[in-house]
Amino acid sequence: MDLNSLTIDGARSAIAGREVTATALAEAFYDKIAKEDGAIGAYLTLCKDRALAKASAIDALAEKGEPLPPLAGVPVGIKDVLTTRGVRTTAGSKILENFIPPYTCTAVARLEEAGAVVLGKMNCDEFAMGSSNENSAYHPVRNPRDTSRVPGGSSGGSAAAVAAGTAIATLGTDTGGSIRQPASLCGVVGLKPTYGRVSRYGLIAFASSLDHIGPLTRSVKDAALVLRTMAGHDPMDSTSAELPVPDYVAELDKPVRGLRIGVAKEYFGEGLDAEVRSSVEAAIQALAGMGCEVVPVSLPHTVYAIPTYYIVATAEASSNLARFDGVRYGYRSKNAATLSDMYRRSRDQGFGAEVKRRIMLGTYALSAGYYDAYYLKAQQVRTLLTRDFDEAFKKVDVIAAPTSPTVAFRLGEKSNDPLAMYLADVYTVTANLAGIPGISLPCGENHEKLPIGLQLFGRHFDEATVLRVAHAYEQTRTAQSGV
Amino acid sequence: MKVTEKDVSYVADLSNVELTDSERVRMVRDLNAILGYIERLSELDTAKVPAMAQVSDRYGADQSKQGSERFAYASREDVREGLRASLPHAEAMANAPGSDATFFKVPKVIER
Repeated sequence: MDLNSLTIDGARSAIAGREVTATALAEAFYDKIAKEDGAIGAYLTLCKDRALAKASAIDALAEKGEPLPPLAGVPVGIKDVLTTRGVRTTAGSKILENFIPPYTCTAVARLEEAGAVVLGKMNCDEFAMGSSNENSAYHPVRNPRDTSRVPGGSSGGSAAAVAAGTAIATLGTDTGGSIRQPASLCGVVGLKPTYGRVSRYGLIAFASSLDHIGPLTRSVKDAALVLRTMAGHDPMDSTSAELPVPDYVAELDKPVRGLRIGVAKEYFGEGLDAEVRSSVEAAIQALAGMGCEVVPVSLPHTVYAIPTYYIVATAEASSNLARFDGVRYGYRSKNAATLSDMYRRSRDQGFGAEVKRRIMLGTYALSAGYYDAYYLKAQQVRTLLTRDFDEAFKKVDVIAAPTSPTVAFRLGEKSNDPLAMYLADVYTVTANLAGIPGISLPCGENHEKLPIGLQLFGRHFDEATVLRVAHAYEQTRTAQSGV
Repeated sequence: MKVTEKDVSYVADLSNVELTDSERVRMVRDLNAILGYIERLSELDTAKVPAMAQVSDRYGADQSKQGSERFAYASREDVREGLRASLPHAEAMANAPGSDATFFKVPKVIER
């Protein structure tokens, strides 16, 4: 049995069937991390003692023959913007280099209650700001499929670990595409749920109205399992919805015949790589072959999504990141004579270039004289973008699109041009602005064997249909390619 | 609208960020490139479009009500019994870069 290529169910049943212990499984993953993560850089912090204690508790249950919880012994990694009590949480920033959170993020706590074993914390762009993971204050992450290329971002470590087999599943966060884009570039599954589906308590905020927590996994079924575990109301996050959580796993095998799949021309225009286009179009044809009806839809404001996003996201970031002042936690500059000097120098020395750029842009957009022209305008266009989806979802059940306009690019290729980097998110930011669920799953490779991702959007709180269509496509593709 | 070095210095001041001279020059260039791209929003007539601050408003809010009544979904009864324990003082202070074990310590705020 290749322990490092197990799915969640595979791991749990191997432990329940006493083929392997949770402890041996965790050790196998730590061995692989020790041997291989040096070349990838997916992990920032390992918490082996905590993981082995958790694993041995699972083994004690298995030994007594007691029923195991749904994620029993599953080795997972957690993006380093999600707090873990007692385990260093940096948000990929020097300003939190020594921060030990006093509490655990709700999503992580729910995974641990379900038996998951947290191996460590995953590298990411600083405060989740970036599309290549090159903005990590520690070190970049390399794409396991080609180490000269980026894994995408900002959940680059989370995607790379699943692709490299150094975690079975990971949690990422997605503010403008930060789960789906790296999933696409690394060839794994990444799900951004509906806004309000998963509690944000314990997520170090970047842009509160756009931030989402979601899973990165090897299969759609694993994504459904992790979502089912995390989803549901949390009194600690008043924006988490008080709606029932369906059994996403049980819904997977319902037939897809007759479902209407929308295709919007705005997602297949200028800037889309030809090989990505043909791969995604072939995937849509495959869905048609399964009895889905392909329906043209229009999302006419798509071209305005990136400008809207970069105002809303940076405005919220400028406010959220005001808390990093060197007083209660985080980095403090030495030898500042006055309080205001201490604030400025701590923030100047603690934040990286992209974080400063976004704080500046957001502050500018909110400043007197510019508020109406930028922030208010962007909020109005956000309404238009959301209405586009409302109209489209009157006609279709799911919308299919590319996740990223290109395959993984090379390290350094876009790092000196912020605007070019922002355009990497052109097909993903719309789902954050509208709050709808979106998934990316592998649908092919280009001529250099680099992965291509298919993205599926659904209605608010209709992850079940998104996952069902994704699962059906994945089954067909697996059957055809034999992978 | 072109952002000048003076604008950047002003916004850096508002943001409590200190920029070196070379950082300031680069920031002027980057902000102008990004804002130039953002300029395309002005193509849209949004005079009659309501602003949208967040998504919860769409599925949780009671659109027939006004003001805070609309957001009744986000409120709950006051909790009188069984309050969640507060963070213990020592844990709250544990990450402080400067403290005397009781209070956070910071440099002088007011000159005498």
